[in-house]
Amino acid sequence: MVNWSGTTLHVVSGKGGAGKTTVAAALAMCLARDGKRTLVMEVEGRQGIAQLFDTPPLPYEERRIAIAPGDGEVWALAVDADEALVDYLASFYSLGRAGSAMRRMGAIDFATTLAPGLRDVLLTGKACEVVRRRIKRAPNAYDAVIIDAPPTGRIAQFLNVSSQVSALAKTGPIHRHAEMVMGVIGSPQTSVHLVTLLEEMPVQETIDGIAELRAAQLPVGAVFVNMVRTPMLDDRQSSRVRKNGISKARIGELAAAAGIRQPAADIGAGLMQEARDHLRRIDLEAGEQARIDELGLPVLTLPYLAQGVALGELYALAETMHEEGIQ
Amino acid sequence: MSAFTATAPVLDIDAVVMDPSVHIVVCTGSGGVGKTTTAAAIALRAAEHGRKVCVLTIDPARRLAQAMGIVELDNTPRPVEGLKRAKGEGTLDAMMLDMKRTFDDVVERHADPDRAKAILENPFYQSLSSSFAGTQEYMAMEKLGQLYAQAQADDTWDLIVVDTPPSRTALDFLDAPARLGSFLDGRFIRVLSSPARGAGRGLGRIASVGFGFFTSVLSKILGSQVLNDVGSFVAAIDTTFGGFRERADATYSLLKDPVTAFVVVAAPEADALREASYFVERLHADGMPLAGLVLNRVQEVSLPAVSREQALAAAERLEEGDASSRLVGALLALHAERQAARARQQLLTARFTSAHASVPITTVPALAGDVHDLASLREVGELLAQV
Repeated sequence: MVNWSGTTLHVVSGKGGAGKTTVAAALAMCLARDGKRTLVMEVEGRQGIAQLFDTPPLPYEERRIAIAPGDGEVWALAVDADEALVDYLASFYSLGRAGSAMRRMGAIDFATTLAPGLRDVLLTGKACEVVRRRIKRAPNAYDAVIIDAPPTGRIAQFLNVSSQVSALAKTGPIHRHAEMVMGVIGSPQTSVHLVTLLEEMPVQETIDGIAELRAAQLPVGAVFVNMVRTPMLDDRQSSRVRKNGISKARIGELAAAAGIRQPAADIGAGLMQEARDHLRRIDLEAGEQARIDELGLPVLTLPYLAQGVALGELYALAETMHEEGIQ
Repeated sequence: MSAFTATAPVLDIDAVVMDPSVHIVVCTGSGGVGKTTTAAAIALRAAEHGRKVCVLTIDPARRLAQAMGIVELDNTPRPVEGLKRAKGEGTLDAMMLDMKRTFDDVVERHADPDRAKAILENPFYQSLSSSFAGTQEYMAMEKLGQLYAQAQADDTWDLIVVDTPPSRTALDFLDAPARLGSFLDGRFIRVLSSPARGAGRGLGRIASVGFGFFTSVLSKILGSQVLNDVGSFVAAIDTTFGGFRERADATYSLLKDPVTAFVVVAAPEADALREASYFVERLHADGMPLAGLVLNRVQEVSLPAVSREQALAAAERLEEGDASSRLVGALLALHAERQAARARQQLLTARFTSAHASVPITTVPALAGDVHDLASLREVGELLAQV
């Protein structure tokens, strides 16, 4: 049971290829169950969310992209740092036509490039603005906001807005903005989740990432172990394969009797080879799983889906999350 | 074993790395597809077949780095011990890119000591060299240029294998250096380093009003100190070396030279293949030499003649039997799952090959274990070279 009813901002990170976009989308779907409204935010301009939900590329504008079981709603937003800066400046200065002129000249792009920290502050700032609507009881508030965040290697830096900004500005609007952001990100209403696979590199990155998040006093939530294969052999069967407790000839005979028309010796050798490969993978995964368990964090396991992930699979993954007790 | 791709031409990695006219192999692709491992395996194979190789890795797994002897992050290629030479007297050096150190070296090489010190201590330079989006790509290219120049000058190496940074997209490796270059050479940064000069050059009234407004807004949100740092940084680099863009352009043109061969790395998954597709198209558009596609993590089956349907039907018949029958049933179900995974991978790959029919492909099976010693790298090299 993972009770996240007090968490309004979920930041989902993970190693590239581990499936953080999928997990972020499924989590948004799971948390939207039973009449809730959630927002999944994309910050890297990859349009991965749109591809998953099979919709046209997302604009810088909140859009409803799916319905969750029990009349819930999943919304999506692709945040763009340049747009966010214009937005942000407009709220402090009456920019008028200067805003679009600055954009035309590439000035906005320049400013965010000049100070890479500024880009992150604007992105996280937008998320926090959305999160705070709930406190203000705004009509367009969400029950939860989920960020499909940058990968593990950059996540602590991405979220550690105060250190980013201290290099920029000690006073002034950006500084106040950063304080607002830190007020949300550093609070118990935020959780940073990491997605991993049961492989050496992703697990190592997860362990390192958690240490980094903790050092920066950022709130670590759960570890999502993604693409976990169901063991195809039970314990007794595994041990028979390991100990050669059944001969290849016998395997061949039984398979042939069940209708496999191939030379019995080939069948025996082939099936045994595949079983050994499978067990070797399972053993490696068990070792990696143990390293994750040692972290002492809630661990949520998501199945490997041989057919890949499209909208239907997102519903299935959201259902799995629900069954694992996320609420 | 039945061929994984029925139609695509075969990528003969040995023919690429043994070709004496090829001096640079760039391994590129999206994150998490085994790019670093592929680069290391290609480098080891080339060295053990007689070439003098240097491999530049970006972010190797710790144990792989240890296996190659690059535990020290000193930005210098170090010899890899334990080669098993199959042919010739090849050598292998390996290094891990330290982007800040590489940038510092560029500064120190081009500026006199006082000016170099001023640049290295500039706060804007420090953030630029350690955390700027694109610096890693720029420095990977810079380092490649340096290694190549060294190889040309003293014959240390005749082949340089480069791994590319884990960027947001594979295209960043090609684009980021030019982006950083044009940013540093751009007009805004010029204006910051000397606002009066920028306006006085007749950029037009509206533009200078825009600039004035812009710098004032910028100094409000960033703080005037940041702008001062940027200004003095630009002034200092201006007098020491020519444009950053030109530097980036020079290395970029090296990538178009026939001494270079691009190896695009992917896994048979939708995202990775999409990235590979973009990259292949871009190489084609820019006239860059593509050797082919390495497809990692391909699902192998040991009994290709037994289809998924046959295996599942037989497994069902065995369900009601004794323990041995049920075990064989489970083995058949496992086989069916592997066939299904392979079929899906083939379908995704076919989408790629139908769009890029002429791109040669080699496949590497999904390995049961992780790769973190020379023996397993050698094994990957052999799998890569199988035609």
